[in-house]
Amino acid sequence: MEGLRKVAIAGLLAALSGGVLAQQPVKVGFVMFLSGPAASPFGVPAKNSADFIVDELNAGKGPAPYGKVGFGGSKIEMVAIDEAGPTTSVVTEYRNLVQRSNVDLVIGYISSGSCLAIAPVAEELKKLTNFFDCGTPRIFEDASYKYVFRTSPTATMDSVGAALFVKEAKSGVKSIAGLNQNYAWGQDSWGDFEASMKVLVPGVEVKTSQMPKLFAGQYNAEISSLLGAGADVIHSSFWDGDLEALILQASPRGLMDKSMTILTTGETAMHKLAAQIPDGTVLGARGPFGPYAPDNAYNRWFAKGFEARFQAPPNYASYQMAQAILGVKAAWEKAMAANGGKRPTNEEVGAALENMTFEGPGGQVRIAIGKGHQAIMETAYGMTKRVGGKLTMVSVKRYPAEMVNPPEGVKSGDWIKSGFKK
Amino acid sequence: MKPDRTPQLLAAVFAAVVVGGLALPQWLLFILTIACAQGLVVLGLNLLIRAGLVSFGQALFYCIGAYTAGGLSRAFGISDLLLQMLAGTASAALAAFVLGFLLARYRGIFFGLLSLALSMIFYGLIVKSETLGSTDGFNLAKATLFGIRPGEAWVRYAVLVAAASATLAAAFLAWRFLKTPLGQLGPAIKDNEIRVEYMGASVRYAIHVNYVIAAALAGAGGALAATTVGHIDPEMAYWTTSGEFVFIAILSGTGSVLAPFLGALIFGAIHTVAFDLSPNTWQMSMGLALLAAIVFLPDGLWSLFARRKTA
Amino acid sequence: MSQIGPVLVDGVIYSAWLFIAAVGLTLVYGVMKILNVTHGSFYALGAYAGASLTGAWLAKGYPPMLSYAVLLGGALLAALVVAPAIERGLLRFMYAKDEVVILLVTYALFLILEDAIKLIWGVNPYFVAEPYALLGSFVVGGLKYPTYNLILVGLALALAAGLAWVLRGTRAGKLLSAVIHDPEMSRALGVNVDRFYLVTFTFGCFLAALGGSFTSPTVSVVPGLGVDVIVLSFAVVVIGGLGSLPGAALGAVIVGLVRSVSVHYLPQVELFVIYSVMALVLAIRPRGLFGLAEPRRI
Repeated sequence: MEGLRKVAIAGLLAALSGGVLAQQPVKVGFVMFLSGPAASPFGVPAKNSADFIVDELNAGKGPAPYGKVGFGGSKIEMVAIDEAGPTTSVVTEYRNLVQRSNVDLVIGYISSGSCLAIAPVAEELKKLTNFFDCGTPRIFEDASYKYVFRTSPTATMDSVGAALFVKEAKSGVKSIAGLNQNYAWGQDSWGDFEASMKVLVPGVEVKTSQMPKLFAGQYNAEISSLLGAGADVIHSSFWDGDLEALILQASPRGLMDKSMTILTTGETAMHKLAAQIPDGTVLGARGPFGPYAPDNAYNRWFAKGFEARFQAPPNYASYQMAQAILGVKAAWEKAMAANGGKRPTNEEVGAALENMTFEGPGGQVRIAIGKGHQAIMETAYGMTKRVGGKLTMVSVKRYPAEMVNPPEGVKSGDWIKSGFKK
Repeated sequence: MKPDRTPQLLAAVFAAVVVGGLALPQWLLFILTIACAQGLVVLGLNLLIRAGLVSFGQALFYCIGAYTAGGLSRAFGISDLLLQMLAGTASAALAAFVLGFLLARYRGIFFGLLSLALSMIFYGLIVKSETLGSTDGFNLAKATLFGIRPGEAWVRYAVLVAAASATLAAAFLAWRFLKTPLGQLGPAIKDNEIRVEYMGASVRYAIHVNYVIAAALAGAGGALAATTVGHIDPEMAYWTTSGEFVFIAILSGTGSVLAPFLGALIFGAIHTVAFDLSPNTWQMSMGLALLAAIVFLPDGLWSLFARRKTA
Repeated sequence: MSQIGPVLVDGVIYSAWLFIAAVGLTLVYGVMKILNVTHGSFYALGAYAGASLTGAWLAKGYPPMLSYAVLLGGALLAALVVAPAIERGLLRFMYAKDEVVILLVTYALFLILEDAIKLIWGVNPYFVAEPYALLGSFVVGGLKYPTYNLILVGLALALAAGLAWVLRGTRAGKLLSAVIHDPEMSRALGVNVDRFYLVTFTFGCFLAALGGSFTSPTVSVVPGLGVDVIVLSFAVVVIGGLGSLPGAALGAVIVGLVRSVSVHYLPQVELFVIYSVMALVLAIRPRGLFGLAEPRRI
């Protein structure tokens, strides 16, 4: 009994002293679009999510095991900057963030171009950087990193999941068509979807692939072309203004009634444009977010709290930001436990984050590929149905992580072409 | 007539950069290098502006230079900074030589808009190319100099010195060019083309030469930016990039070959300050700064200021 | 393969939109020799004003059929409040300066207005879809088109006819033609050129705002709405010839039809077809299709 008490007192003293040392706030750089077209659907919801999570964590109100204040007892100090501008400017501002503002780590980046440019710089500056949203699989497929992580799955998952859903929900599908923005995101999304469909439904015909300019805004001609083509399934990875314009212009013309339309990022529009989206439209949330989020303690805490504070439900960008912060927190505290309660270095946090599994409002996140730096999650797709005036998702199908993400060491494109070999 | 002390000034600034760079923080070294790259482009742009031709398509050559450097890095593993700059210069100059036959026929706003159209076509072509990564672009291998890669702590300094050296050479050559009869034709062409022809000089030839030189400088700047940033993407050919160069050109004015670099530096400073102080309204800050420059900095607008509207 | 009917209808609708969006730009250039980059800002202002006012109108339960008048009113308000302020407050001090310098001034204003719009309306999208769906639809070649698009076409035609009549049929229009050809001489003859500049600039910006406002029921009004419109309008007016109204109409028709054809038959080239047309036209006719010849100084 004596011995136990001694140990307890020693432990308490150690914890206290470690706690005192760790009192200095953790400066975290947050980078997302605060201006321009990507601000409204992604940047601002992500910033709001960061504000909410950081405030909750700093008050120690996170659900277990996220109950400690901030990161391991140190409050989080947010340094938020805008991601907008040409790549040169994005890289310059990242360097300023790290070398002038001296942040402890960086969480951010929505544009795949930014992520690709920033990754080697993060390695060069040895600063732990967690990409929370950008979709390109190229980051960990083209190179290996020590300091760069991504706690959200890649965009490959969206296209593969969409193809799987189409095969299940429209078993007699014979033809597909695409309407995607003509830049990397749209090209890759359509490319992956087309390749997946060709594997799942051999002989499927591609009627047309419309690729209007990003932010074109006027899609009458494309809609006419798609109506004329009459494909069974239409795939679109449009987002924000373009997505909303598409829905507004396509709805009165009956495009989405004629063909089963699958909108891989449609979740962001489902609340505002509920009246315009016809039943039977397939919406994606880039993962188990928003309407597809599991009913766990984290989601209850996050979704309710976010909506109460911002009068709008969190969208998938908000979820991705939330789990990015929670993942880093978990790794930080794991590293602290491993080094005796001291404030962990970037290397220690990185080592803890590698191959880690943690839970968040979207469910389980497993950082399992990209040599332990790239996360995978399950995904879900469902169809819209107006029930009592409210838009709900029905016929929801979930696909486990391994089914929609490539295995370790295999490039997404190759994986799809091989027939999703495990 | 005051003796033209430009070469001495250039040497002094170069020395200041080389010596001062040892004491400056890393992020500032990076900004200075980018200023060199942008300054190179604007140096070329100024040659055209002196002749009354404001090009809204310098981004085309900037991008060609960058993608040449990127191509060398990706396809042949060549990461030498100076080689990349030379290659970028050459390919941009070649493109300008060809396009110059078309563009030298245009003046005023049409020159600007046609150059813009050509740059946007190039943008469209790259975006369509999935091998080049479309709008995501691709990364370049880390820069080396004569086969050596300096230690991580010295990289930024080494790249800056290399960039400053190349810039010094380019500025000096530009200064020499402006002293030749061909180089002095610029303002004459802007003032009255027909008289220039009566004098026996060929306006078309002069414009073509200026265009190629401007493109070569833009290509060098693009290659330098590509290696410094480590990443290239098609946005380097977008009209907003050209717009930035014109912005800097106005800030700096055409008074001296040193002006573009000062302008680029000030532009970079304004940009960073705007980001820092008003992250939600940095565009407004930039716009106000540009307005202030135009209204209160007539020295910056020196050569354009003197032009009268046709009666 | 698409039938020819829908291709033509799409082309006409897009041409109408392009004309409404671009005609103000060519007007301002023709009269004041200013390539007005804030044209895009006014398009966005019109869209935001139209969408938010119409949204409020419909939310209050007022008759939906009058929402079109509200769209018009929104554009008018946006233009009347901002354009004269810009012209009187800043631009008129710049007329002595070079063309390109004035262009940069308008570019600076554009940057300022982008953020001003963001400050006023926030970053969330506005949309007001009711006017779009209200008028039902018509069918061409088996495809349904909302009748609202005919309003755009009608508006474009009315604008073209109206402007042509004003320029040729009214005294003010003839004086305007004089100002276009020679401002100094007109001033010497007693024409109040300053007033013409103010009215023209305001009207040109109003046309841009009108384009934005009447497009807003078909899109989601988001930040950055004006940026692409600028380059598109530039391309259209350059093709037609800067300062030429029939040129703007022809330019709009050409670009609209070419784009429609490429979307239906050759989607791969859609991305740069407009710049290619622009480069091609400029290569053959350096001043655009109807560009006015300018005398050379000796």
